[in-house]
Amino acid sequence: MAGVSLTGAIKRYGATQVIHGIDLEVRDGEFVVFVGPSGCGKSTLLRMIAGLEETSEGRIEIGDRDVTREDPAERGVAMVFQTYALYPHMTVEENMGFGLRMTGHDKAEIKRKVGAAATVLQLDPLLKRKPAALSGGQRQRVAIGRAVVREPDVFLFDEPLSNLDAELRVEMRVEIARLHKEFDATMIYVTHDQVEAMTLADKIVVLKDGRIEQVGAPLELYRDPDNRFVAGFIGSPSMNFLEAEAVAGGFRVPALDRVLEVPVRHPGEGTKVVIGLRPEHLETDRAASGMTVTLTEALGGVSYAYLETKGGERLVVEERGDTRSSDGDRVGLTFDAGRVMVFDAESGLRIR
Amino acid sequence: MPIIVQGLITILIGVGGCVGYFYLSNLALDKVIFPAKETPSRRLVGAIICLIIPLGLLFFLYVGPTVFGALGIGFLALSDVSTISALLAVAVFLVATFLLFKAFNTLFPAKGSSVGDNINRANAVRPWLFLFPAIFVLGLYLVYPVVGSFWRSLFGRNPNDFVGFGNYVSLAQSPDFRISFFNNFLWAIVVPAASTFLGLLVAQLTDKLSWGNIAKSLIFMPMAISFVGASLIWKFVYANDADIGLINAVRAMFGFDNPIDVLQIPFWNNFFLMVILIWIQTGFAMVILSAALRGIPEETIEAAILDGANPWQLFFKIKVPQIMATIVVVWTTITILVLKVFDIVYTMTGGNFGTEILPSYMMDFMFRDDGRATAIAFVIMLVVLPVMVWNIIEARKETR
Repeated sequence: MAGVSLTGAIKRYGATQVIHGIDLEVRDGEFVVFVGPSGCGKSTLLRMIAGLEETSEGRIEIGDRDVTREDPAERGVAMVFQTYALYPHMTVEENMGFGLRMTGHDKAEIKRKVGAAATVLQLDPLLKRKPAALSGGQRQRVAIGRAVVREPDVFLFDEPLSNLDAELRVEMRVEIARLHKEFDATMIYVTHDQVEAMTLADKIVVLKDGRIEQVGAPLELYRDPDNRFVAGFIGSPSMNFLEAEAVAGGFRVPALDRVLEVPVRHPGEGTKVVIGLRPEHLETDRAASGMTVTLTEALGGVSYAYLETKGGERLVVEERGDTRSSDGDRVGLTFDAGRVMVFDAESGLRIR
Repeated sequence: MPIIVQGLITILIGVGGCVGYFYLSNLALDKVIFPAKETPSRRLVGAIICLIIPLGLLFFLYVGPTVFGALGIGFLALSDVSTISALLAVAVFLVATFLLFKAFNTLFPAKGSSVGDNINRANAVRPWLFLFPAIFVLGLYLVYPVVGSFWRSLFGRNPNDFVGFGNYVSLAQSPDFRISFFNNFLWAIVVPAASTFLGLLVAQLTDKLSWGNIAKSLIFMPMAISFVGASLIWKFVYANDADIGLINAVRAMFGFDNPIDVLQIPFWNNFFLMVILIWIQTGFAMVILSAALRGIPEETIEAAILDGANPWQLFFKIKVPQIMATIVVVWTTITILVLKVFDIVYTMTGGNFGTEILPSYMMDFMFRDDGRATAIAFVIMLVVLPVMVWNIIEARKETR
């Protein structure tokens, strides 16, 4: 068991730099999730930790060992791929034991370890089958089993659930969370699905264009984002953003046609800002009529109402309870000004 | 007739014949044999039309002579048969037409519930209408020659002289045949093995190289040379003269001043001949295996790297097993080819110095003793058959 630490990790492909000096500390036994939009470098970063991509500059340490220039197999990591990457010509048992076979363990030991991992993952009845005869969920379980058998210091998951259907995804997510508790191992998990990120992570690393935007516990990122990108990325549906301007005594929001008093540092009159409102912090007001409901999505417990202001700005509002808007309604908006987040319009940084 | 007109007429007849066949055969199926509507009169007309062509032929063959003779254009007559038997034949055909019509009407009446059955029957037969031309042509050019060859192999040098399995017995007793059978066995083992192995090696080694494609093109090039052409090239390589032959030039470089003819070294000369075919076929194996190697999912390789496999293990435990089906197809395809090639032996040694193989041995008897030659051909076919069946099975597995 060991933590992982990255110091100034940089990745270049020729002249193009894709990872711009990442500093990150992953504690022993921690479940860290890399999230970000596609092309943000999260998979590349994971593959650098695995050793499948060379690190152009900087240091990667696992435990207290500098592994920056070491072979992937020597790093004590195991990886689970999105496409499962099972060896199609081997049975489940051989797949899971392959790593041990390559490192010269004797047969009895391999059989014992594979058997133990198979029991944990409920793969016992499938051991003699080949991957082609397994369902998607079973294949992913075998892939996880193959990682578990090697007893690595660090587990790496590269979007492991992306190829599964919605129902299986939920099931496997719970399974992975259970495994983390059981093995108490360090896990690094890449996903673009924020539900996976929020539910699994001890710590989320939000990446964008090869840079870390923010690191923190899931709720910390949700409640206290550092910048507009993180605020918009975490939370579903994503935060509503409205243009505003700092005026004496608050922020004038043209879309809402009012001046908000928000308890934050005042950036000085005339500064362009963006205010952020989470859909779950908004309520529709039937007494007022500044906006039109253009579309509603009823999910059962909650509904999402899509509003349009006179100026054409769009907002999403979460509605609960018995009275909900329907298409075409004219409504107003109420919210607690204390919940409003303010971001600098240019840099996107949070104004606290 | 200008040749261009002849060509055009050929095309017209060919295309028109195909279209006509498909159109008329479907028409006959839907309207005459299994009609979905109750139209007995149309059925009768159809039955008559179906028989017009045979009747026309009959006319030319049997009735024609008398009529043409009477008209003074007897040269158009194709045979001379008496008028009575001709009329008899016509009568037989008319009766046959009537019976056919009756049979259709009673077996597949276009009435009530059997209308639906008729549609089903027509649809069940239809695929065979489309398959028939292909099956017929394949049968004519593949199955018939096999049967015909076998039949011919039961006769001696004189095609009227039935000898039963005499040819096979005398083959089995002939030392020449045994030598060529053994040599052919060597060829069938060594050439596919060496070509596939070298092809795989080249495919793997050139995979990640920047100039890999150029290397591959060079190695593929011999594929474009005919076997006889390749043999000529290698005749120079093997030439019994240090100024021409590469091998003897190398020998001379090491100070051996007596040139040798490698094609006369007993037993080993076989291998020098095999080298030529290996040289030609490596390119083929390389191209197919290179494509197969690229089809291996990259992640399985990365997973194996993480699992601690070294490059050697990566190749033999992860890559090769995943392309095994392709390797088998390449191997068996080359084996089948080996069992057919006679050109190399024929041009290089003419089968002398103990280098005879079955196809060249067959060539020795062709046109002189066709019975014996076809017997050898049949032996070759029996040897190729199991390899071919395996090849087809594996190739099918791969396309699944």
